[in-house]
Amino acid sequence: MSELHQKILDLLREDARRDAKLLATLLGVTEEEVREAIRELEEKNIIVKYATVVNWEKVDHEKVTALIEVQITPERGRGFDAIAERIYLYPEVKSVYLMSGAYDLLVEVEGRNLREIASFVSNKLATLERVLATKTFFILKKYKHDGIIFEDRQSDHRMAVSP
Amino acid sequence: MKRYLAANVQKIPPSGIRKFFDLVSGSKDIISLGVGEPDFVTPWRFRDAAVNGLEQGRTTYTANAGLPDLREAIAEYLYGSFGVAYEPKNEIIVTVGASEAIDLALRALVGPGDEVLVPEPCFVSYAPIATLCGGTAVGIETFAKDDFKLRPESLKAAITPRSKVLILSYPSNPTGAIMTREDYEPIAKIVEEHDLIVVSDEIYAELTYTGKHVSFASLPGMRDRTILVNGFSKAFAMTGWRLGFACGHPDILGAMLKIHQYSVMCAPVMAQLAAIEALKNGMEEKDRMVESYNQRRRLIVQGFRDIGLDIHEPQGAFYAFPSIRKTGLTSEQFAERLLLEGRVAAVPGHVFGKGGEGFIRCSYATSVSNLVEALERIGKFVRTLETAAMV
Repeated sequence: MSELHQKILDLLREDARRDAKLLATLLGVTEEEVREAIRELEEKNIIVKYATVVNWEKVDHEKVTALIEVQITPERGRGFDAIAERIYLYPEVKSVYLMSGAYDLLVEVEGRNLREIASFVSNKLATLERVLATKTFFILKKYKHDGIIFEDRQSDHRMAVSP
Repeated sequence: MKRYLAANVQKIPPSGIRKFFDLVSGSKDIISLGVGEPDFVTPWRFRDAAVNGLEQGRTTYTANAGLPDLREAIAEYLYGSFGVAYEPKNEIIVTVGASEAIDLALRALVGPGDEVLVPEPCFVSYAPIATLCGGTAVGIETFAKDDFKLRPESLKAAITPRSKVLILSYPSNPTGAIMTREDYEPIAKIVEEHDLIVVSDEIYAELTYTGKHVSFASLPGMRDRTILVNGFSKAFAMTGWRLGFACGHPDILGAMLKIHQYSVMCAPVMAQLAAIEALKNGMEEKDRMVESYNQRRRLIVQGFRDIGLDIHEPQGAFYAFPSIRKTGLTSEQFAERLLLEGRVAAVPGHVFGKGGEGFIRCSYATSVSNLVEALERIGKFVRTLETAAMV
């Protein structure tokens, strides 16, 4: 990946709504070059999606998120991938990571309330054949997500004019 | 009570920026391009180093010249980045901002009758400090057609038998001008010929976008004729910490240290601790900020071109300095009306001395979305001026 690709990714990560004209000006290249680079990034699935970061706490909307540590027996020939897929296909699963350390998969699950998540774990996740054990942790508050601080208290303290 | 004031103080005019500041402070819903400091908060790892120091009880005076570790880090940094070598023991003083370093240098060098050569437009404090020392500041005008570089002919023309100190401040606030090695060579020759001493304020050294900064002290024969001034404010986003440094020949630095120890004793210890961290582990953060300024520099230059105002390409610092001459307004009128009618604050160029009239200083150290909005407002304002002129 070129330096231009990297810089475009950095700028879009800050604000995905920046258009090719603005990106071209910021980076000192032509709009054509930016469009071409973005097309390539999209094609290679490096840019997967342009999504919105929502602070759901501000929405009157019941929602509970849990992180679940899952220990599993890997499958011969396919390692962890097959079981990971069985897990991430559930719509209530928001993210799945393969981890080093004491457990294997870290699964982020979202539900309307505690009971919904409890029932997902006991009925679906824990009953999967290769799952040996699970440990569920409920998230109480989100401070920072994917590099974005939710309640940024660092406002601009500068004087409006200075030499 | 004014009759008690010292004659030298009475000679200094009130700051033009101050007047504009009062006007801006009373306004609401404005976007300010008037800010002369980074829009980044000091990177957390530097702040954390200061917090850690406080927790460890690092709350005392330091050596007058600054913590030995910091002076060593500064020496290493200057050698590595700009190829200038200084002995940490007696050729470096850590100061309360680069501002104090400028004050110390001029107080150590300038006395009644001495002339201080100041290329303008420039940062606002050189001439007043020279006046306070009993000297005379001699402004040397620089021009947009030369990208506001100091021309050797202009320097020569300003020299008299009383000329003693030349101030160089590149990259320049407010013009964004830089000086390359080739630009500096004939200047160094004149400095030698006329036995001048140079105070080189290189506070924006890290913020150059078209090539690496050249320190005037790195020119052959110039190290001992130069007092190099730099600091942490701009490159490391540490303005409020007030931390700078001066480097030069031990004879002059020794005299500066004398003034420094009687007036401030030493720079604040917590700021010095943060600065050590900045020099040791902060280069990546610095590079990230420089890249971000460069992107916004392109945006503002393109923006002014689209609006139809003449602008030379600023190659350093974080200011654009477009000409507003074609509007028929003075800098002050333009800036005042832009503030009141266009809701954008920019600093009128005349406050920066000779050659500043007809320009406004716009800082691009503000968010991309602010810049986009500010440029839109300026464009709209300029169009209303044009329409009014046609009627």
